[in-house]
Amino acid sequence: MKTEKVKNDPLFHVSKNDNLPRWKAMLIRAGAVLVALVICGIMSVILIKENPFKIYGTMITGAFIDIWTLLKDIAVLLMFGLAVIPAFKMKFWNMGANGQVLIGCLCAIACMKFLAGKVPNVVLIILMVVTSIAASVIWAVIPAIFKAFFGTNETLFTLMMNYIAIGIVAYFSFSWSDGSGTIGLVNYIGSKNYMAGWFPNIGNKYVMIILIALLVDAFMFVYMKYTKHGFETALVGESVNTAKYVGINVKKVIIRTLILSGVICGIMGAMFAGSLEHTVNTSICGSKGFTAILVAWLANFDPLMMLFTTFFVVFLQTGAENVSTVFQLKSTDYSNIVVGIIFFCIIGCEFFIRYKIMPSQRLKDILSGKKTRSAEKKEEA
Amino acid sequence: MSKEIALELKNITKSFGRVVANRNVNLTVYKNEILSLLGENGSGKTTLMNMISGIYFPDEGEIFVDGKPAVISSPKDAFGYGIGMIHQHFKLVDTFTAAQNIILGIKNEKYNIKLVNSRVREIAEKYGFDIDPKKKIHEMSVSEKQTVEIIKVLYRGANILILDEPTAVLTPQEIEKLFAILRKMRDDGKSIIIITHKLNEVMEISDRVSILRKGEYIGTVNTCETTEKQLTEMMVGKQIELKIDRVKVESTKPLLEIRDLVIRSDDGSKAIKNVSFYIRGGEILGVAGITGCGQKELCEAIAGLRKVESGFIMHKGESIVGMPPKLIIEKGISMSFIPEDRLGMGLAPSFSITDNMMLKTYGEGKTPFVNRQAAREKAQALIEKLEIATPSTETPVRRLSGGNVQKVLVGREIDANPNVIVTAYPVRGLDINSAYAIYDILNEQKSKGVGILFVGEDLDVMLALCDKILVLCHGEVMGIVHAAKVTKDQLGLMMTGAVNLTELQKEKNFGIAKDSNLTETEWLNAANEQNGGAENEN
Ligand SMILES: Nc1ncnc2c1ncn2[C@@H]1O[C@H](COP(=O)(O)OP(=O)(O)OP(=O)(O)O)[C@@H](O)[C@H]1O
Ligand SMILES: [Mg+2]
Repeated sequence: MKTEKVKNDPLFHVSKNDNLPRWKAMLIRAGAVLVALVICGIMSVILIKENPFKIYGTMITGAFIDIWTLLKDIAVLLMFGLAVIPAFKMKFWNMGANGQVLIGCLCAIACMKFLAGKVPNVVLIILMVVTSIAASVIWAVIPAIFKAFFGTNETLFTLMMNYIAIGIVAYFSFSWSDGSGTIGLVNYIGSKNYMAGWFPNIGNKYVMIILIALLVDAFMFVYMKYTKHGFETALVGESVNTAKYVGINVKKVIIRTLILSGVICGIMGAMFAGSLEHTVNTSICGSKGFTAILVAWLANFDPLMMLFTTFFVVFLQTGAENVSTVFQLKSTDYSNIVVGIIFFCIIGCEFFIRYKIMPSQRLKDILSGKKTRSAEKKEEA
Repeated sequence: MSKEIALELKNITKSFGRVVANRNVNLTVYKNEILSLLGENGSGKTTLMNMISGIYFPDEGEIFVDGKPAVISSPKDAFGYGIGMIHQHFKLVDTFTAAQNIILGIKNEKYNIKLVNSRVREIAEKYGFDIDPKKKIHEMSVSEKQTVEIIKVLYRGANILILDEPTAVLTPQEIEKLFAILRKMRDDGKSIIIITHKLNEVMEISDRVSILRKGEYIGTVNTCETTEKQLTEMMVGKQIELKIDRVKVESTKPLLEIRDLVIRSDDGSKAIKNVSFYIRGGEILGVAGITGCGQKELCEAIAGLRKVESGFIMHKGESIVGMPPKLIIEKGISMSFIPEDRLGMGLAPSFSITDNMMLKTYGEGKTPFVNRQAAREKAQALIEKLEIATPSTETPVRRLSGGNVQKVLVGREIDANPNVIVTAYPVRGLDINSAYAIYDILNEQKSKGVGILFVGEDLDVMLALCDKILVLCHGEVMGIVHAAKVTKDQLGLMMTGAVNLTELQKEKNFGIAKDSNLTETEWLNAANEQNGGAENEN
């Protein structure tokens, strides 16, 4: 007779589940946030010895202290997100939004620097937008061409393009700084033309980017869902073989889609130069090009969902920063921990959305106080 | 003889959202037997087997192995119980050798390739497999890959083997060989569950047959006490009559004329050598040949997906050689090649049925927008016509059962109103009811004057359905015969190259239509152009 090793049955069964109703998925996500808040609460008691509820209150009020800044930050992140989703939908992992925006911004600033006072302002602004878009498109299309014709890995390629862009910007933002000492500032305050090339304000400085982001969002929604181009993009992402079979020119689609990404990045770059920052430096994009990836995934590459995910992410970041200020913490480390924990829980809960977890017979037996099967087996042996 | 129960399923239920794939299914498998699992497309066969092999976990019900309750929550658990499954879609690492694939993932297995190789050879010898453990997967044919999958399972000591539609991708000779192996395994005490839609195979190989209908268990019969007719009735739930007609249609001028065609395969060798034939409107031309005789390359070349080395493909007198696939589709030439991996070419798995319906037509219309409403209506019509089992038109194709996936593909091709249909293995994996529905559709198209090139495997079907049959062997035409005047044996001899009718009829201008769309001088001009072009290139 075989001597069987008694192995305990597992407590849970995990199985794939790809038709969870939407509301249930939302409920799971809400639950994840709740869990995150509890963990953060415990952390705050341990680390900074503060009442967690006071902290959360500060986060919420903090995020809404300056509504316009909040909306602007959302709009900017949204633009980055919108720039990456068409490519992502095509399974082209564009990690280079930062570089694409930077290089566009640099070109717009170059226009400001060298043409200020020499051409009428309207012409200057048009030139800024055009060169910015052109530069971003070039930056986005180079990896696309290599991918389309030589099958190079786009993730590494776009990432490297970021570093090149940063290097170029670092060089010029220093050498163009007019000796004012402020690295990156081009037409320094007080000089004759220092406002040349500034975009006009609608209401206030932030309204324009917010409107643009909303427009681009609406455009992308329609583009991806209802247009022939969007259909082709999705099909290439789904199966290159099938796309070829139905007669789609895959190379063309890859390049066209990255041109679109480039255009959006170019608009963003021009907005940084002409409206938001009036300068260029290597940290202008922060980590937005990467946060955008998170935002895009959370939204499942859906531009409408992305309105919510960008709001959520920006809200968290702003709120957590405010906590550092209000509670006079020495650094932003604590707020980073809070944001990290919440992100972790949100992303982690996707597991529970994609998979179904069911208690096994053994767990049911244990819970109802019955003898488990493996215990029986053990007795037998 | 008292039989020992190897595996027993009791009241198994499994649903996917609102779709109940299995409802209260009971199944018993004995040792020393081959059990066939029969059911229409989408009746839940694959789902049920996936639960035994640890891919899915049942919502309700129990599984007993050797009389003891078993909890199978992963394929590894299944191996622990001596259960192994050979899936329809192989799961092998292309760049690894057979032996490497076989031991992949076994815990505590010392990587001693010599030992593995000799054990693999031992298993192969015992059951009569042909295998070279050192051969890389990407160099293998489909049937060799299947062999690796089977040995992989045996290597792990499986006593219960599940094969999901293993014969769908094999040639008749390969099927014979597989069956011989299965019988040997049965006599060795193993239990085998085999899924197939071909009733003659069910009758030939199995000891008992269990039938599922719409997710429910209908019953089990002993193979020796049943008939194909009874099985069909149990499967469909009503009496049906199955026959293939050869509709008589007044055939028209040649629609597609192919002359002296040479095509290279992926590895650079000539896949099609100087092939000439033509298809008229209102005619079904069958293409018979063993796997790898060049049918795939021929289909791809006609659809513009493969480069033509030399020769002509004339559509209504106009050359389509070198045209982009999109233009060829617009000319009304539809190609549906059902590959071994069904989802590979022609469908987008995560797209809805609606979106898949418009894969070839989304570009129609002048607006930049796709017309999803029209596609949805077409999808709805197709679902009704071919009885596709799906909750809605918006269900992703990936969630459909194998056969239903295929109905979407074939249905779409025919829906596009083509004037030439090139279709390869359109009924691969379809239940017989659906297969006959496809034959009817092809006949319907033929009556409308469409020219059809039908690449098939089942010679009986080809003899009944086609007007003429072209036989290929190693890329060469062995003959084009009238289906009514030829026998299965003759075809078989031609397929293996033993008989070559073209030799006998050489002077009769083989494969060249007398009423060609082009005059002799036009053909000559075309030939000169091609040669001239080639010279200029050099
Ligand atoms: N992962 C899934 N998600 C949702 N529905 C599914 C899934 N897998 C199978 N189904 C549904 O369950 C039913 C049974 O499917 P199954 O694949 O078991 O059929 P089958 O008998 O193997 O059919 P075929 O002969 O066509 O292969 C089908 O209606 C199918 O649409
Ligand atoms: Mg199946």
